[in-house]
Parts: sequence; C-alpha cells; structure tokens
Amino acid sequence: MSAGAGGILASYVHVDAAADAIRALKAKGYRDFTVYTPVPNVEIAQAVRHRVSPVRLWTLLGGLTGCAAGFALTLWMSYDWPLVVGGRPIGSVIPYVVIAFELTILFGAGATILGLLFHSWRTKQTGPYDGRFTDDHIGIFVPCPVERRPDVEELLQASGAEEVRVET
Amino acid sequence: MTTLVQEDQLTRPTYHEVTRDIVATLGRPSRMYYVLLGLVITVFAIGVVALLFQVRYGLGVAGYTPPVMWGVYIATFVFWVGIAHSGTLISAILYLFRSAWRTSVYRTAEAMTVFAVMTAGLFPLIHVGRIWYAYWLFPYPNQRQLWVNFKSPLLWDVFAVSTYFTVSTLFLIVGLIPDLAAVREKATGWRKKLYEITSLGWRGTDQQWRHYTRGYLYLAALATPLVLSVHSVVSWDFAMSIVPGWHATIFAPYFVAGAIYSGVAMVVTLLVPLRKVFKVERYITVEHFENLAKLLLLTGLIVGYAYAIEYFIAWYSGSPYERASFWNRAFGEYWWATWTMITCNGFLPLLLFSRKIRRSIPAMFVLSLFVNLGMWFERFVIIVVSLSFEYEPYAMGHYTPSWVEWAILAGSFAWFFMWFLLFAKNFPTVSITEVKEIIPMPRKERAHA
Repeated sequence: MSAGAGGILASYVHVDAAADAIRALKAKGYRDFTVYTPVPNVEIAQAVRHRVSPVRLWTLLGGLTGCAAGFALTLWMSYDWPLVVGGRPIGSVIPYVVIAFELTILFGAGATILGLLFHSWRTKQTGPYDGRFTDDHIGIFVPCPVERRPDVEELLQASGAEEVRVET
Repeated sequence: MTTLVQEDQLTRPTYHEVTRDIVATLGRPSRMYYVLLGLVITVFAIGVVALLFQVRYGLGVAGYTPPVMWGVYIATFVFWVGIAHSGTLISAILYLFRSAWRTSVYRTAEAMTVFAVMTAGLFPLIHVGRIWYAYWLFPYPNQRQLWVNFKSPLLWDVFAVSTYFTVSTLFLIVGLIPDLAAVREKATGWRKKLYEITSLGWRGTDQQWRHYTRGYLYLAALATPLVLSVHSVVSWDFAMSIVPGWHATIFAPYFVAGAIYSGVAMVVTLLVPLRKVFKVERYITVEHFENLAKLLLLTGLIVGYAYAIEYFIAWYSGSPYERASFWNRAFGEYWWATWTMITCNGFLPLLLFSRKIRRSIPAMFVLSLFVNLGMWFERFVIIVVSLSFEYEPYAMGHYTPSWVEWAILAGSFAWFFMWFLLFAKNFPTVSITEVKEIIPMPRKERAHA
C-alpha cells in the first residue's frame, strides 16, 4: 500500500465478521489491505495467511553469533595473557561454557529485538487509523482507486462492518 | 485466568472495560501515594548517606571480621537476584505453557524482576569497596594488557547478572508496547507525548502482530533457560569453593527453587496492596492468589527438602568438617538465624496445604512477609555462618553487621519500592493486551443467537 493512498476504512466489533471480510477481499484478489486488531487473534491470522515471520532467523543467527563470540572471547583472552590459575589448562573450555551460554542468550535476545524492529519497519503499513483499534474494534483498510470503492464498500458492509467510511 | 474465562458472558469485562479500568490506574496519584513515595525516598537517602560514609572511610566501617569477609552485602545481593526469578517464571515460563491465569499478574512480576536485578546489581559494587573501579569486573582493553579470569565463578556471575538484567528489561519493554499504544489513545498532555514515543508507533496492524508475536515467543524461549542459569551461576559462587556448607552439588537446583520461592512471595507482597489501591480486584482475584499459593507451596517443599538433604549429606559424607559446620548452623552462635530460616521457609508454608489459607488474601500477605524474611536469613546463614566456622579453630570468628550495612540494606528495599511506585503510576501494572487475549472476542453468530 502506498503511503497516503485513498481507500475504504471499515471497523468491526465481531471477529468472525472481520475474518469473513478478509476472506472475501482475498477471494476478490485484494492483497494490499491492512487489518488492525487490539490483540493478536488466531482467526484473523488464519484469514490473513501471512508466512511465518523471519524474526526467528535473527534469533538463531544472534544466538549462534553469541555462542561463537563467548568461546572466542574467553579463549583468545586466556591465551593473550597466559596465566595458570589453579593448575587448570590456560584455555579451559568447560568453565567458558557459562560465558558462551550467557552470550548466546544475550546476542539472541538482542538480535530478536533488532529483527522485530527491522521487519516491522520494512513491512510498515501507513494507512488511516482509528484509536478504537487498540481498544475494542477491528479495522480493515483497503486502498483502492475511486472507481472500485463502491464494490469494496458494499463487500465490507455485507460482511457486517459497524462503520465504513471513505478515506481520501 | 480462571475467573475471566469462566465468568458469564454478561459479567465478564468487555475489551473497552479492560482498557478503561487499567488506564484508570494511571490517573492522578492520591496523597497516600506521595506519602509512600516520600517515605521510600527518605529511607533510600539514608542508605545513600551510609554508602557515602563507607566510601569516605573505607570498607572497615562494615562489620567484616576475618574470616567472614562476605556478609550482609553478598547475602542481600543473592536475596535480590532470587526475588527477580519468579518474575521471569511467571512472564516467560508460564507464557510458554500457555497458562491463562498469569496474564493479570505477569506485568507486576516482570517489573519486579527488572527492579530487583537493578537492586541486586548494586551490591557487588558496594561490596568491593572502591566502587569507582567496578568496571574492572568487565574485560576491556587496558594499558597492562590484562584480561579478567574467566575461570572464576565470580566472573560468570558478572556475565549472568548483566545478561539477565538486559534480557528481562527488553522483555518488559517489548511486552509494554501494545499496552502503551492503548494508553496513548486515552492519555492527554505530557503523558500522551510520553506514550506516543514509548509505543514506537504501534497500531496493531497485521504485519506488526505477525513479527511481534514471534519475537515475543522467542524472547520468552530465551528467558526461560536464562532464569534457570542465573541463580545456578550465583550458587556456584559458593559451591565451587571448598568451604564446608558450600561445596555441594545440590546448590544449583536448591538456589533456583529458593529464588522462585522468594520471588513468588514478593509478588504476593506487591499484589495485595496494588489490587486494593488501584481497584483492580476484578482482574487480580482470589484465584490468582490461590495459584501463587500453590507455586509457593511447591517451591517451599523443594526448599524444605533441600534443607533436609543438606543435613543428611553432611552426616552421610562422613566429613567431620561438614558435620561440624551443620551442627554449628543449628546449635552454634547463629542458631537464631538458622531457626528463623527453617521456621519461615520450611514450616510456615505447610499452612498452604489448607485451601482456606490459600484463598485468604490477608493470610497470604502475612505469609509472604515471613517467607521474604526467611529467605533473607537463608542467604545470611549460608554465607556468614559457613564462613565463620571453617576448618581451623583459629580461623573461626564472629561477624556482626554494622549500622552501615543495615542502613544500606534498608536503602536497597527503598530503592526497589521507589522504582516500583514510579512504574505503577506511569505504566500499566496489569497487561491490557494479555488480559484481553484470554477474553473471547465478540462474535456475530453469538450476538445473533
């Protein structure tokens, strides 16, 4: 959806009505619409049918990087200043597991946040918005040219929208 | 949350009522709030004065007496790290188990986690004396090309606690984002500006939820092993040494259970006044306290078992030093501390077998205070009593905390409650989004029926 594009904004009280509208829009070939919900909802998610978020890859890569960094840091620093402590080998992998574990979690969590911010920014939906959508209403914004608006308006009304309005 | 799920459709709160009721908790603070805030700031100031006194005159003003060179500061450090743990248990582990009852209480528990780790983190710095050199704990390039000793459990602790603080803070902030967007729509003035910035442009779009739900799930998945590791690492500060009373393989699970036990008690201590003051009895119900009581009972039984097994192993090991150390704990000069710990943590929680007590909020509140007291004494007993009675009679000594240590201990409680009070009036202490999540959304077909 291009920023500032006009279209139809509908608000719903009933979740099944909103899910019906999403399915009907998809059946008519609309892909570029935005759905606003106050909470994540399985029925809506199934109707929208997004692929699984790539944030998980960030978590995996962050965790692996942290693990490698943990072992690299401890081993390199130990050999950089080779001091025998308690008769143990200079590079003692077993105690370093603790550091590597903590850095796995730290980097994994940090990468998850970065992934979350990056993908939320990359897939940003900038259509019109109503404050009720974080309270108790579900919103659907369908960007469309003027000539298609009557059809979309009728579809959203028929599915049980509480309010449908044209956004220019 | 049992009641909201099971409640009749007519009495169950609507989404709008949830937003309205929880946003109402952020209204103008009462006079009582300012009195409480003033009180905790005063006690905190006393703690700061005591700390400055110690900085000026050195660690000698603490009651350290050889061989007891770890005292109230380290006991309090372990206490606060432990308090933090139940927050992550409730917010992350019970989230992964899809436990519905946690939704009303997890935000309080999670905020408690962050503030408890912030409090805990002060104590190693206070304990080392020269606070201004605290950065030596971290590996950093320096003129002498020295690196830290990664084989030391004390350094593992630096990494564990700082990771725990970072991850639990991130987890709290991420959980707050959709709630702050809901509050943003109702707020006015400077608060609206605050929530506009902190909600990071959240609008609840399908793409935002798509990434958010995954990200939150993975953060919970990462926080789960972390919470189990942190107190294990803290326990190894002791268990890796050869001090009688410390050198035991049971320490990691024993400390983790104890941490969750004390943390759940602190959650109860915080929730009882909070639900009354903020009038959220509809959301934090007797069912929640009963579930918390069951968690207390379970972890209390594990802790009680650990106490018993410690004594058994001391006897069964055949080591005269272990036997003497544990005999000294129970009947030596610190017997009062040991029996306070055993009574508060081992015997009193057995009362929770009674359903009537589990469902009595005043009884739960009183019990939670005793558990907090008992768990602080547990750390005192493990650290001080073990150190005061090691191998050689000439190396045995007696440690009495000084006024500086007591003042800093009191200041740490004030510091913790100060952050909690500030948080509670500016951010939702009950999660708007997650409470809504367990209430079914209205359906057209049901409305027509």
